[in-house]
Amino acid sequence: MLKSLSKHLQAIKESGRGIFVPYIMAGDHQQGLDGLFETIALMEGAGASAVEVGIPWSDPVADGPVIELAGQRSLARGVNLRAIVEKLQEQQTGLPLVMMTYMNPVYQYGIEALIEDLAGTSVKGLIIPDLPYEHQDMVKAYLADSDIALVPLVSLTTGLERQRLLVEGAEGFVYAVAINGVTGKSGSYRDDLDKHLARLTQLADIPVLTGFGVSTAEDIERFNRVSDGVIVGSKIVRDLHEGRVQEVTDFVALGSQVKK
Amino acid sequence: MTYQKPDAQGFFGRFGGQFVPETLMTAVLELDQAYREAKADPAFQAQLNDLLRNYVGRETPLYYAERLSQHIGGAQIYLKREDLNHTGAHKINNALGQVLLAQRMGKKKIIAETGAGQHGVATATAAALFDMDCTIYMGEEDVKRQALNVFRMELLGAKVFSVKDGSRVLKDAVNAALRAWVAGIEDTHYIMGSALGPAPFPEMVRDFQSVIGSEAKRQFAEISGGKLPDAVLACIGGGSNAIGMFYPFVNDESVAMYGAEAAGLGLDTEQHAATFAKGRPGILHGSLMDVLQDAHGQIMEAFSISAGLDYPGVGPEHCHFNEIGRATYDSITDQEALEGFKLLSRLEGIIPALESSHAIALCQKVAAGMSPDQSLIVCLSGRGDKDVMQVKERFEAEGA
Repeated sequence: MLKSLSKHLQAIKESGRGIFVPYIMAGDHQQGLDGLFETIALMEGAGASAVEVGIPWSDPVADGPVIELAGQRSLARGVNLRAIVEKLQEQQTGLPLVMMTYMNPVYQYGIEALIEDLAGTSVKGLIIPDLPYEHQDMVKAYLADSDIALVPLVSLTTGLERQRLLVEGAEGFVYAVAINGVTGKSGSYRDDLDKHLARLTQLADIPVLTGFGVSTAEDIERFNRVSDGVIVGSKIVRDLHEGRVQEVTDFVALGSQVKK
Repeated sequence: MTYQKPDAQGFFGRFGGQFVPETLMTAVLELDQAYREAKADPAFQAQLNDLLRNYVGRETPLYYAERLSQHIGGAQIYLKREDLNHTGAHKINNALGQVLLAQRMGKKKIIAETGAGQHGVATATAAALFDMDCTIYMGEEDVKRQALNVFRMELLGAKVFSVKDGSRVLKDAVNAALRAWVAGIEDTHYIMGSALGPAPFPEMVRDFQSVIGSEAKRQFAEISGGKLPDAVLACIGGGSNAIGMFYPFVNDESVAMYGAEAAGLGLDTEQHAATFAKGRPGILHGSLMDVLQDAHGQIMEAFSISAGLDYPGVGPEHCHFNEIGRATYDSITDQEALEGFKLLSRLEGIIPALESSHAIALCQKVAAGMSPDQSLIVCLSGRGDKDVMQVKERFEAEGA
């Protein structure tokens, strides 16, 4: 049975539009967690395809300084995974949510308990950057009867054989990491990136979204040519924190209206 | 049954694994493959052994500490003198092994994390010897506290990168080094300094450090007419000198093993690095291991007078030994360690590193409970030259 995140994103792809998934850090809002649904609604209003909700952690090795600092601000407000789950249980959103969390908060919460507690919420996907394919059964074992998809990450260092392994039977979408580096690291992309993304998109049965360092209109256009859409984190987190709400909604609208 | 860990997925019982981002997976899998090949290659071992003998100065003595033994009045105490290694500690055993491996893999650059600077100095030394580009990641707080070691590393040709993220200490330096490894994945090897991190690091560091226990075992047999010691003992931060001392004895059930972790200002305070006493299993820096963390899994800062023990986790194999009861771990406060520091200086004319002083302090307790016909080997992991200024300031402040 196809999970609803796969169906939802596949429908956008088939309608000929680019997929756009903004990332926000839960609790990084003047009102702390009470501002979470306001930010999600802002993204929804601007036309986002889904929203990635980040869980703050003390040691986020896959993230650059923008998201690390956002996590520290959230933690300083006393935010934690338990409180985030309780908040998510209060209200459904119009868009599917994808929870992005490191493994330790999940492990401490209890993997099975987290999947159960998220069952009635709008969370339809999980991204766990430090849970590689080799250990995915620690989480996947509890997802068989759930509507939550475990999103695989594929990097530039992932060889072709391994790419096949990672995307085979994957659900939700494939997260294509565009650089050998952390989130928010802007600069030049490798010359062979487009070819890599196009091949990966060909390989996968589900949408492939490109992320890490994506921050300009040119990036959006470029990655929509060779994959099914983009994920934008650091740029949005920074702009929201610095109060540039209009800029954020304009950017989300731009990314969500790409015609393919 | 013969002990054989880790398993194919890098687990020691339920601890270990490879909890790293996908970008690093290819690198750790490639490293694993390269390490297995090197381990089986007599030429690699011969080259390493030659360096250990002629460059590091191995084997190190197994010294009978007669006055310390008499003072305590229990077991006969032997010191495995890792403090006599080139660069002053056991860290060089691992740094050389990994630099050789990096060369074999065709890597051009070396990166490493360091807390107090001992592993940084050892890595910079090995990189200088093999003419490799070397960058050491060190928390900004540690850069300030360990200015002399920063100078040493720079003198050896390494770049020292001051890490300004997070709490700016060792755990943040590991995060920064992991991020730098991701960014330089094509031509860079990361030399993890302790028996931590994703597989194969805990196993590889253990193997390179096992020269400590293997030598001690043979040396003890030579002086005792073929006997085994009754116990071995070492200090433990991440746990590299301890695993190096313990592992060669793991199948010798009559040999008890003791690890001394740092209790800092005391277990009833927040200022300690006592992971076994106060932590629980969690996932940090690529491994499932015991870590100091709050109720929600946020990693806590560790504290110890000894920067080398100032880490909020313990390597996965020690976690396994602790869980199955193969080794016993106890915690030693800053105060107790300082007393051990003075005691060994006065009785034996050996100034131990503050890390090793924790082992001396635990040795006082363990040896006292043993009889004079029993023997105990303590790993004296490093020398105290690096610590004398800090201890001097502390004694002066206390008016001692």
